Amino acid sequence: MLRYLLKRSAFMVVTVLAVCAMTFGLMNIIPGGTAELILKHTFLELEEIPTDEQIAEISSRYNLHDPLYIQFSRWMGNALHGDLGTSYILKRPVTYLILLRLPATMMLALAAMSIAVLIGVPLGVLCALKENKLADYILRIATLIGVSMPGFWLALLLILVFSVTLKLFPVAGYGNISYLVLPAVALSAHTTAITLRMVRTGMLEVMNQPYIVFAMSKGLPTRYIVTKHAMRNALLPVITVLGLHLGHMLGGAVVIETIFAWPGVGSLLVNSIMARDVPVVQGCVLTIVGVFVIINLLVDLLYTYIDPRIKYV
Amino acid sequence: MKMINPSRWQLLWFGRICRIPYQKVLENKIVSICLILLGIVLLLAILAPMIAPYDPNAIDLKNSLHPPSTAYPLGTDHLGRDVLSRLLYGATTSFVIAISVVGLSLVLGLLLGGAAGYYGGWLDETISRLMDLFLSFPGIIFALAIVGALGSGVLNLIIALSLVNWASYARLMRGQVLSTKNNDYISSARVIGASDRRILCRHILPNSLAPVVVLATMDIGHVILAAAALSFLGLGIPPSIPEWGSMLNAGKEFMRTAPYLTIFPGIAITFTVILFSLLGDGFRDILDPNKEETGLAIA
Repeated sequence: MLRYLLKRSAFMVVTVLAVCAMTFGLMNIIPGGTAELILKHTFLELEEIPTDEQIAEISSRYNLHDPLYIQFSRWMGNALHGDLGTSYILKRPVTYLILLRLPATMMLALAAMSIAVLIGVPLGVLCALKENKLADYILRIATLIGVSMPGFWLALLLILVFSVTLKLFPVAGYGNISYLVLPAVALSAHTTAITLRMVRTGMLEVMNQPYIVFAMSKGLPTRYIVTKHAMRNALLPVITVLGLHLGHMLGGAVVIETIFAWPGVGSLLVNSIMARDVPVVQGCVLTIVGVFVIINLLVDLLYTYIDPRIKYV
Repeated sequence: MKMINPSRWQLLWFGRICRIPYQKVLENKIVSICLILLGIVLLLAILAPMIAPYDPNAIDLKNSLHPPSTAYPLGTDHLGRDVLSRLLYGATTSFVIAISVVGLSLVLGLLLGGAAGYYGGWLDETISRLMDLFLSFPGIIFALAIVGALGSGVLNLIIALSLVNWASYARLMRGQVLSTKNNDYISSARVIGASDRRILCRHILPNSLAPVVVLATMDIGHVILAAAALSFLGLGIPPSIPEWGSMLNAGKEFMRTAPYLTIFPGIAITFTVILFSLLGDGFRDILDPNKEETGLAIA
């Protein structure tokens, strides 16, 4: 177990490092771009074209002449001390910007995950118990649409119906719980649909097992069989998928946050990519990928706890 | 499906490589309906220049935000461009992107995954670690960074999405090859002196392709979604090329006055993706009936 943990952690570190290095390389593909960018946003008037001397000065001040791998290892070294550099455009420390926005993203992802579990699991069980009945068909069609519909389109439709027409929820922004509802629903739709499907399949499979048939023939009430015997086994694979989805929600949140002007890490990432604000992009990628691999590790560990048949070596 | 005088290559491809039981495909109602509908959508996409009523980029400010009418069946956008024409051309864009990305990922995945599974050793170790790496972070984030760095454009979008997409094919293919290569008929082929290439192409590939076909079918839908998401953010496709995601992005500003701009492109995306999901489900039922639902999904 300890060996497994060490191996996993080492691979996690390598993953995060590699993704950061690739992003760093990508964002620096255009040579000289960075210096011009800093000049434009910090020192120059609008429409003023930077001179070569100015570019040279900025380059030496920010050590932009160094080879990329030196710049990267310097960035990485500082990152280990919690210093992710300073935003070219917002002129604030990146660590501060991200810590300010991380809670919003976490809140959104957790809210979406709760919706997915609270709706997906009961409806999945319902589907399995009513297999090939009307309710099952309707929910399966709904699932298909949920999986195939772009999250951002659902977000727009929700705004159209609930904000613009019915005026029940605010169109966008951040504040009390009414601001959270629409983004969380939009973000959760895909995961809800997948959860429903997996619970349905899992339940159908488990309900045919001999021990369920035995419990039924003993005359146990269906409710008891479903909750005590069937669900506990049917939900096992769902946990892994949900864990993975919690990670992927960080990716999906990028689009949803942008639509709802939700002040999370995702919208920060999109804005910084458009503005080529390299330190912020780096910081956001590091944060998102870091959280993602940690969630995955936690899910795997949780799995050994829930299902003692599984042992990692 | 009866083929008259099939050439050797036709036999090779249709009979051996894919090993698709045509009879079963035609018997499966959902699959047949999906194939027909997708054929129609594909035809519309190919014929877009001929059947589109207007030039998708023709700006006509006098008729901007014109609601759906007989002249403009699906209305016009804020620049007076015909929505129906843009949707048709958008289908071309989506199909070009989706098919290229899936094609590229498929080729990369088959080559790398096949080599890793077949040769084993350090090659397997290297490729497997690379696969693990690409599978262990949310792809859309990296695709965003790639498109952000390279700039928007169809080709850049294809590169970005293929780079984050190939690993799932490679992993699947590697697993397939590993489970196939220890069969007796492979050993027999080796004993009678078949070369590695022959064994890989003629024996292993045809027998490991079924789940890959299923993955690829479903993946086309996922790629359409991912490409639309990137374009929606304004990072995928330049505004001059009609694309469903960027149409939604442009339309969202006019949600109050012209909600149809938000509705129609979304229906187009969802409808197409539903067809690919159903088709993938159907293929899975036909090709490997033992496999359970995976819930594969990205973003």
